[in-house]
Amino acid sequence: MKQTMAWQADIGLEVHVQLRTRSKMFCGCPNKFGAEPNTHICPVCLGYPGALPVANAAAVRLTAMAGMLIDSEIKLYSKFDRKNYFYPDTSKNYQISQYDEPLCLGGHLDIVVSGESRRIGITRIHLEEDVAKNTHFDTNSGVDFNRAGTPLMEIVTEPDLHTPEETLAFLQALKQVLQYGAISDCNLEQGNIRCDINCSVRQIGATQLGTKIEIKNMNTFRGVFRALQHEIPRQIREIERGGTIVQETRRWDDAAGRTESMRGKEDAHDYRYFPEPDIPPVLLMERDVAQWRSELPELPAARRARFVEAYALPEYDAGVLIADKEVADYFESTVKAGAPAKAASNWIMTELLARVSEAGDSITTLRVTPASLAALLQLVEKKTINGTTAKEVLVVLLAEGGDPAAIVQQRGLAQVSDSGALEGFVSQVIAAHEKSVRDYQAGKQPAFEFLVGQIMRLSRGKANPQLARELLKKHLG
Amino acid sequence: MIGAYLSIDREDALRQAHEADARRAHGESLPLLGVPVGVKDLLNVQGQPCTCASRMLEGYRSPFDATVVARLRAAGAIIVGRLNMDEFAMGSSTENSAFQRTRNPWNTGCVPGGSSGGSAAAVAGDLAYASLGSDTGGSIRQPASHCGCVGFKPTYGRVSRYGAVGYASSLDQIGPITKDTRDAALFLNVLAGADPHDSTTIATPPPDYLSALGRDLRGLKLGLPDEYFIKGMDSEVENTIRAAVEQCRALGAEIVPVSLPQTEYAIATYYVVATAEASANLARFDGIRYGLRTSSDDVIDLYEKSRSQGFGPEVKRRLILGAFVLSSGYYDAYYLRAQKVRRWIRNGFDEAFTKCDALLTPTSPTTAFRFGEHLDDPLKMYLSDIFTATVNLAGITAISLPCGFSSLGLPIGLQVIGPALGEETILRVAHAYEQSTEWHKRRPNLAAQG
Ligand SMILES: [Zn+2]
Repeated sequence: MKQTMAWQADIGLEVHVQLRTRSKMFCGCPNKFGAEPNTHICPVCLGYPGALPVANAAAVRLTAMAGMLIDSEIKLYSKFDRKNYFYPDTSKNYQISQYDEPLCLGGHLDIVVSGESRRIGITRIHLEEDVAKNTHFDTNSGVDFNRAGTPLMEIVTEPDLHTPEETLAFLQALKQVLQYGAISDCNLEQGNIRCDINCSVRQIGATQLGTKIEIKNMNTFRGVFRALQHEIPRQIREIERGGTIVQETRRWDDAAGRTESMRGKEDAHDYRYFPEPDIPPVLLMERDVAQWRSELPELPAARRARFVEAYALPEYDAGVLIADKEVADYFESTVKAGAPAKAASNWIMTELLARVSEAGDSITTLRVTPASLAALLQLVEKKTINGTTAKEVLVVLLAEGGDPAAIVQQRGLAQVSDSGALEGFVSQVIAAHEKSVRDYQAGKQPAFEFLVGQIMRLSRGKANPQLARELLKKHLG
Repeated sequence: MIGAYLSIDREDALRQAHEADARRAHGESLPLLGVPVGVKDLLNVQGQPCTCASRMLEGYRSPFDATVVARLRAAGAIIVGRLNMDEFAMGSSTENSAFQRTRNPWNTGCVPGGSSGGSAAAVAGDLAYASLGSDTGGSIRQPASHCGCVGFKPTYGRVSRYGAVGYASSLDQIGPITKDTRDAALFLNVLAGADPHDSTTIATPPPDYLSALGRDLRGLKLGLPDEYFIKGMDSEVENTIRAAVEQCRALGAEIVPVSLPQTEYAIATYYVVATAEASANLARFDGIRYGLRTSSDDVIDLYEKSRSQGFGPEVKRRLILGAFVLSSGYYDAYYLRAQKVRRWIRNGFDEAFTKCDALLTPTSPTTAFRFGEHLDDPLKMYLSDIFTATVNLAGITAISLPCGFSSLGLPIGLQVIGPALGEETILRVAHAYEQSTEWHKRRPNLAAQG
C-alpha cells in the first residue's frame, strides 16, 4: 500500500556575481566582456612566475556595499585565501578567494511570493576572482583568460527557500537590489550572475534537513526554476520508493530537462585552503565603512514609498516605475526637468514603457530624453498644445529626437488660442449644424459636445478646447 | 671554473656598459652607474631567461623586469647575467641546480652554499661587483658566509618581491651580496622602498642606510643567545664567533646574555610553512601557458608528466610535503601548529629585543662542505639553515659578514640579527666590526687552486 507523505524542500543558493569595476580583481587589466580571446591579460592574471596580485579596492568597496544592502555585518578584518586545485580554468592552479574570514557575514533579503512576504537569511558574502573560460574544440581545447581575475562576489544563502517560485523570486529580488546599488550590471547573457543550488527534501515536521544535492553552474534564472521543478520531485520519488539520497554534485541538462550525476562525495576536492601570503589581510576603518554607507543608493521599497509621498503618485504607478531602476531614474529626471509628476508617470507608463518592451530596449537608449519629455509635458501644461498633438510630437521625438518646442513650431502644431481665429471656426460650425444648435438649446448636452468636436475637426485638432467651449457657449447664449 | 652564471647576454651587457659610459660622460651621477651586477636566476629580467635553475623553465624568457631589477637599472647598474641557484631556491648548496655545479672560489672542491650559491660565488670570485640573491630561510646569508661575502636579508616587506619567482611568499626577501658592509648599505638604498605591485611591502620610507655607518659601538647592547652555540657545531666556527663577540665588546658594545628557546623548533616550523606555500606557488608550472610541456591527450596526464619531468627530486620532495601539511585531516596538526610556533618565535625575538639592540650569532654551524657530503641526507642539509631560518619566520632583518677563516682556509660568517626595520642598527654593528678587522679584504687565490 502506497503511503502518501507531505514533503518540503530546503533550498540554499551560492550566487556568484561579477562586480562592476573598471579593472580586474588583482591586476590592472580592464574588466570588460566581449573582447577577442586573450586580449585583456597580463603577467598577473596569467599567473606568470614572479607576478604578484594586488587587491582591487573598488571591488572591496562594492562587496561591502552589497553587504550593507542586504543587512550583512561588514567585517573590519577579512582576508584572502588560496583554494588549490589543478584545472586549466585557473592560471595559477589556485583561485584567490576568502575562506574562513569573509568580508560580509549574515544578512537577509525579503521576497514576496503570491502576496506573502518572506525573509531569506544570508550566510555570508565573500570576494574572489573569476576563472578563465575553457572552450573545447574537436581535437583540442582553448582557454580564454579575459574573464580570469574578474572581481567576483559569492553570496551564500541559508537553506530558507522552499519552492522553485521562492527561489526565482529571491534571485529576481537580489538582482534588483544589486542593480540598484550599481554593484553589478547583473547581465545574465554576459554571465554576470551564475549560481550553484543546494537542495534537499524532508518530511514536513522533520527537524533535520535531508541529504543535500548540489546542482552546479546554473547561468539562467529560468534554468534554476526548471532544475528545481525537476530535482525536488526526483528526490521525493527516490525516497518514497525506498531509496536514499546520497550526497553528490549534479549538473542540469537544459535540453533534456533533467539533472544528472556529476560526481559523488568521495570525489569531492580537498582544496587545501590556506591564507594567501601575497596579500595582507583587508583592514577596513570604521570611517570608510560609514562613508560607504552614506553613499548607498535608495532601495526599491524605500523609493516606492518616497514616490507615493513626494510625487503624490498612486501606489500602482510607484510600483511600476521603481520595478526597473533605470525607469525610476528616468521618471525622476523628467520631474526634475520641470514636468508635472502625474503627467510624467502617465506618459512613461503608457507611451514609453510600451515602446521599450516592444523594441526590447532600455529606457535610457530612447531618443526622447527626460529633458525633452519634460519640455513636451510643459507645452501641454501651458496649453501650447493639447494631448492629441503631444502624442504626435512624441512620435517625432521617438523617431528623431529633438526639441519639442521647435517641432511644434516647425510643423505648425501650436494650439489655436486666439479668440479671433476661433470665432471664425465657431461661426462656421453654428451655421453648418442648425439642428444640433436647436437640440442644444432644447437642453440636449450631447449636442454641445458634438459641436465642440466639429470645431476641433475644423481646426485640425489645434483649437484650445477650453477656449472653444467658452466661445461656443457665449454664441449659443 | 666557478660556474656562477647560468646565462650571460654579452651584447646586452656591453650595450648597458656603453650607455653607462655615455651617461657618465654627460656628467650624470647615479649611485650604481656602470656597476656590473649579477642577479639570481629567479629574478625576472625582461627578454632574458629566468630558469630558477629548473628544467621546468628551460627556454622561458621573462616578459617584464622584476621591481628590484628596474631599481638597479634606474640606479645605473649593468645587469651582467643570471646566477646559479638551487632549483626554485630549494637547497643549501646549489647542488640542486638542474644545470650546473657552482664551485666555492675559496676551495673549488666545496659547495658555495645555497640557495643563492651563484650569487655568492660570483662576488667572491670577482665575477660581479655585487649580486642579488633571495633569502627564504638563509639563502643569502649562508652562501655569503661560506664564500666570505657580506649577505643582507632585509626586514620582510622592506624590498619588493615583484618579479622574484616565489618559493615561500611569507618568508622570501630579496637582498644584496657584496664585498663589504658599505656596499650592502649602498645597494639597500637602491633596493628598499614600497612597491605598488607588491602589497606586502612596507609603506614607511626607508632611511639613508649609508648614514648608519662609521660609528663605534658605544651605547649598544648586543645579545648573545645561548641556543646558537649548540652541541655538534664546528668548534672552529664557535671559537671564531666568540672572538668576534669579544671584538665587539672592545669596540664599546655591552654584551648581554639572552635566551631564545624557540630556536630548536625553527627548522621544523620552517619546513612546514615554506613547503606549504611552495606547494601552491609552484602549482602554476603545469605546461599549459609556459615552460616545459609534454605531449598528452589528457589534461591531468599532461600535468603529471610535465611536472614529473620538469622538477628535480628536492623540489618534488618539498611539494609533496607541502601538499601533505595542508591536506584535510593534517592541516591543524601541521600547518596551523606551525603558524602558532611562528608567532611564538616572533614573540621570542620581540622579548629579546627589549634587552638588547641586536643579536650576535654564527651564520651557519659549519664552513662550506664538500660536494656530495650532504646530498644523500636531506635532514643534515636542512640543518645548514638552523641559525638563519628563525629570522625569516619572524620577518626581521639580519646580515652575515666575514669574521675569520677555518684552518682549511674556508670563510666563517658572523650573523648580526636586528628587529623589524632594524637595518641601520645591524649595518652600524657590522660596519664597526668590519672596519676593525681585515677579514673582508682577503681574496681567494683562484690561480693557486688550478
Ligand atoms: Zn591582468
